[in-house]
Amino acid sequence: MTEKKQDTLLQLIKKLVETPGPSGQEQKIRAAVREEIKGYADEIRTDALGNLIARVGSKKEGGMRVMVSAHIDEIGLMVTHVDDNGFARFLAVGGVSPFTCMGNRVIFMNGARGVIGMERLEPGKVPTLDQMYIDTGATSAKDSPVQVGDVCGFERPFMDLGKRLVAKSMDDRIAAVIAIEAMKQIKKTSPNEIYFVFSVQEEVGLRGATTAAYGVNPEVGIAVDVTGVGDTPKGFKLNVKLGNGPAVKVRDNSFIADPRVVKWMVNEAEAQGLPYQMEVLTFGGTDGRAIQMTREGVPAGCLSIGSRYIHSPSEMVDRDDVENSIKLLAGLLNNKIELGEL
Amino acid sequence: MAKTLETPKTFKPKMGKKELELLSKLTDALGVSGDEQEIRQIVMDELEGIADEMRVDHLGNLLVTKLGKGEKRLRVMVAAHMDEVGFMLIKDEGKGIFEFRVVGGIDPRQLVGKQVIVGRDHVPGIIGAKAIHLTTPEERKQTLPVTQLRIDLGPGGSAKAKPGDRATFATKLQVMGPTLCAKALDNRLGVYNLIQLVKNAPENIDLLAAFTVQEEVGLRGAKVAAFSFNPDIGIAIDSTPAFDLPHYDGEENTLYRTHLDGGPAIYVMDGATIADRRLVDWLVDTAKAENIPWQFRQPAPGGTDAGAIHRVREGVPSVSVSVPGRYAHSAAGMARIDDELNTLRLLHAALARLDENILLRQE
Amino acid sequence: MTFELIPFLKEMLSVPGLSGYEKPVRDVIARAWEPLSDELSLSNLGSLLALKRGEGPEPRPTAMIAVHMDAIGLMVTAIEDGFLRFTQVGGVDPRILPGQPVIVHATKGKEAQDLPALVVMPPAQLLPKEAGTGPLAQTYLLVDTGLRPKDVEKLVRVGDIISFASQPEELAGDTIAGHTLDNRASVAAATVALELLAKRRHLWDVVVDATVQEEVGCIGGFLDPIKVKPDLAIVVDVNFATGPGGSGSMNFEMGGGLPLNWGANVHPALYKAMEKTAETYEIPIYKDFSPSMSGTDAYGIQVAEEGIPVVEISIPLRYMHTPVEQVAIKDIQRAGRLMAEFITDLPLDFMNTVKWE
Repeated sequence: MTEKKQDTLLQLIKKLVETPGPSGQEQKIRAAVREEIKGYADEIRTDALGNLIARVGSKKEGGMRVMVSAHIDEIGLMVTHVDDNGFARFLAVGGVSPFTCMGNRVIFMNGARGVIGMERLEPGKVPTLDQMYIDTGATSAKDSPVQVGDVCGFERPFMDLGKRLVAKSMDDRIAAVIAIEAMKQIKKTSPNEIYFVFSVQEEVGLRGATTAAYGVNPEVGIAVDVTGVGDTPKGFKLNVKLGNGPAVKVRDNSFIADPRVVKWMVNEAEAQGLPYQMEVLTFGGTDGRAIQMTREGVPAGCLSIGSRYIHSPSEMVDRDDVENSIKLLAGLLNNKIELGEL
Repeated sequence: MAKTLETPKTFKPKMGKKELELLSKLTDALGVSGDEQEIRQIVMDELEGIADEMRVDHLGNLLVTKLGKGEKRLRVMVAAHMDEVGFMLIKDEGKGIFEFRVVGGIDPRQLVGKQVIVGRDHVPGIIGAKAIHLTTPEERKQTLPVTQLRIDLGPGGSAKAKPGDRATFATKLQVMGPTLCAKALDNRLGVYNLIQLVKNAPENIDLLAAFTVQEEVGLRGAKVAAFSFNPDIGIAIDSTPAFDLPHYDGEENTLYRTHLDGGPAIYVMDGATIADRRLVDWLVDTAKAENIPWQFRQPAPGGTDAGAIHRVREGVPSVSVSVPGRYAHSAAGMARIDDELNTLRLLHAALARLDENILLRQE
Repeated sequence: MTFELIPFLKEMLSVPGLSGYEKPVRDVIARAWEPLSDELSLSNLGSLLALKRGEGPEPRPTAMIAVHMDAIGLMVTAIEDGFLRFTQVGGVDPRILPGQPVIVHATKGKEAQDLPALVVMPPAQLLPKEAGTGPLAQTYLLVDTGLRPKDVEKLVRVGDIISFASQPEELAGDTIAGHTLDNRASVAAATVALELLAKRRHLWDVVVDATVQEEVGCIGGFLDPIKVKPDLAIVVDVNFATGPGGSGSMNFEMGGGLPLNWGANVHPALYKAMEKTAETYEIPIYKDFSPSMSGTDAYGIQVAEEGIPVVEISIPLRYMHTPVEQVAIKDIQRAGRLMAEFITDLPLDFMNTVKWE
């Protein structure tokens, strides 16, 4: 890739990862994505739950109706109570760990900011979320800039470490970036009708992809999402490693990827000579399940990007994995899809 | 902008003798998940001749349509689950003593020493426990599991009930000053409110009233009801816990969920749904405009029928409103009459000012 | 006679077919169903659907029989010095695994290969201290194919599936043992029904559905009714038989009759109709109390689209989710016959009697 192209890719990543959008509050990130894809899609709409759905191409001889899903929501916090002194208690939106909360900074959808503190505990004890609070700088409930029900995301700037990239919401904005970049590479010759779904509310139970897939009614589907890696000191025993290429999901805790889709992805990676790795994840779930469970059932899989420190404010991915994932996804969508025998 | 519709001035909910009679009929009836017939029958009798269409679907949901007038009416599904948590007899051990299992979420510590009713005939029974004199100090430290408890109908009771019958607490509704005390206020208050909404339906919408089944075992009824109705908007009306009790060591209670006397509880997020913000704002704005007290239900786990409704087909913008109530899923809960009436007022006023513009707002 | 129960059952029990990878068993079932039905088709995810048309005027009502065909098993998560680490597909109690013969379905080589292997328990000195005597967590177990590490690397890929290798065995008292009698015993029962119906007049259409991926969340159960759109559904699955490890009030005698589910998943009117059929044809049944949730395809079918009335029959089975599950042949035959009689007797206006009351 040329220097200039690199820069635009990094700019896009920075823009998307720094836009807040906790589950249910995707309006800003949706607008940001919409701006990026303008001009590349034949049709763009927002559905009843807030999924952004962009169609590219229409079905030609031998083509398929394909859904690609990258979720644009991220984990966050919601205020449950503001006490007399202005401290805001909160509940997690999606899988937030108390490990990553203490001392962290948050930004509310209304622009208010705050830091997270916790009650005094015995040394060495890990707090539960309800022993923590957000300090917005308010001195009383009256002057609190936030109230019950207000939502914030974590605030952390994008960090470029060269080969490795770090941000608070690589999960799953890096997939949105991959989908957007692949969308730009879809050729007129593609026989497929491709729906790029930038889905909402994935972190709270794949809700957006569920309704989006019903509307799109695809013949085959691919989720794009991050996955855990096994390459950190005394970490999980997982096969996927940063920098070893896009990961082809065989299963996670939410679904068994369709073997035909797995094969299709492996064949495409091999045809392009791209590095790839097989992924078997014993926890977690992705939009792939939501697509699979649509109507009479849809063959579905997932293109994963290995990521360290998922659901922390410093999720790390590998730049080569990102670029190879874009190539893999574009290749999958540009060619006639041979799913093979059941 | 379409004109803002006025709330019909004629609708002033009250809790008089007639209303209390209907409410107590609902709370005192037996309607354990999977066996909601008693409730369904009460609702059908109440709405006979009022609804435009009334049918029972394959799961036992009672689906009632009340059409409005005029153009471009929104199809608004309002769901209230009819079922309650309870028990099923599973084995007759002879002489009127039955082994049973719990249906839905009941803390087993709520069971011992309670009176129950069994089956459609409401055969009276009791759940006893070993006399304290006969227990060891060690035993008294253990929670009695459901598998060790029995429902006793008295000798000869084996002829009056059979395994497979459902049972529930025997509590009858009573009014305690400003408070209603009954079993199954979760969710007969919602059922009561939905009956009143159908009887006083605003004409600007098509009201799709779903009296749903099997909410307590996983929102099953609402899922298929929403698929059938295919609505523009979904509203679950339910009862939600008020944990507004003192903390054991006097600390501030920050996990109250809702407060009695706080008015209808509007949901922002629970374990099953993130409410549609446009609908949250609509409810809050209505409450403010109509001077109805209201509160946010603290975001917390738990779920309502909205959890199923909003995920149906291409998605349905949804929200929930609950009457706050203490001690749900036990033999007797408590709710304020004022909260009940204000919930009904809010729902009615909000529905009456609903028009298609609500869904046009993009965020 | 186109179909013989015990050989067919044994054939099914001799092939894999893990959730999501059902082809081997589906092929066996398809061969048996093809001569017994008017039309065979596949769902989008691979459920096998056999249609047997009825004689009623069109449009005819449809009864669906759902029996899942998928098996529990294991899946490769990593390759270490030629040994395989694995995770589960479906619910396997890791305590039954040490020493278990398995087959690794290797896909990395030019040709896919089935490799015989063993689940092995590393010696105590290679394990944390506390693992020495207690039950061994699955993370410590390994699969050994006997092949040298470099050959394993060539043949096996992360994500390859591993199935149980135990062969079916007929035991005393007309019982049979093997892996995956959950739920291939029910597939056999549905086949018995299909065979009886093939020789009979019936008004309703029947779709017999060997569903996929029940063990990982009733996937076929949720999806297939949307394709079939049946008026009613009969689900057959296995249930806990009385025997070692099962002596409570929710267990049923093997060979003693068929548990009929009574609870929130089933339509009471269908329950009563099935109970009546059993009574008429002198087929012994138990009332099986499942107050909230049966944990089977019945749930998925019940809540499909506008909702479908479901009735559920089960076959008592010992040692569920082990490679030596056991059932009585008699129960399989009974379940097949009960379904056939029920469907044969269905009048065209039967659904008018399926009411909530």
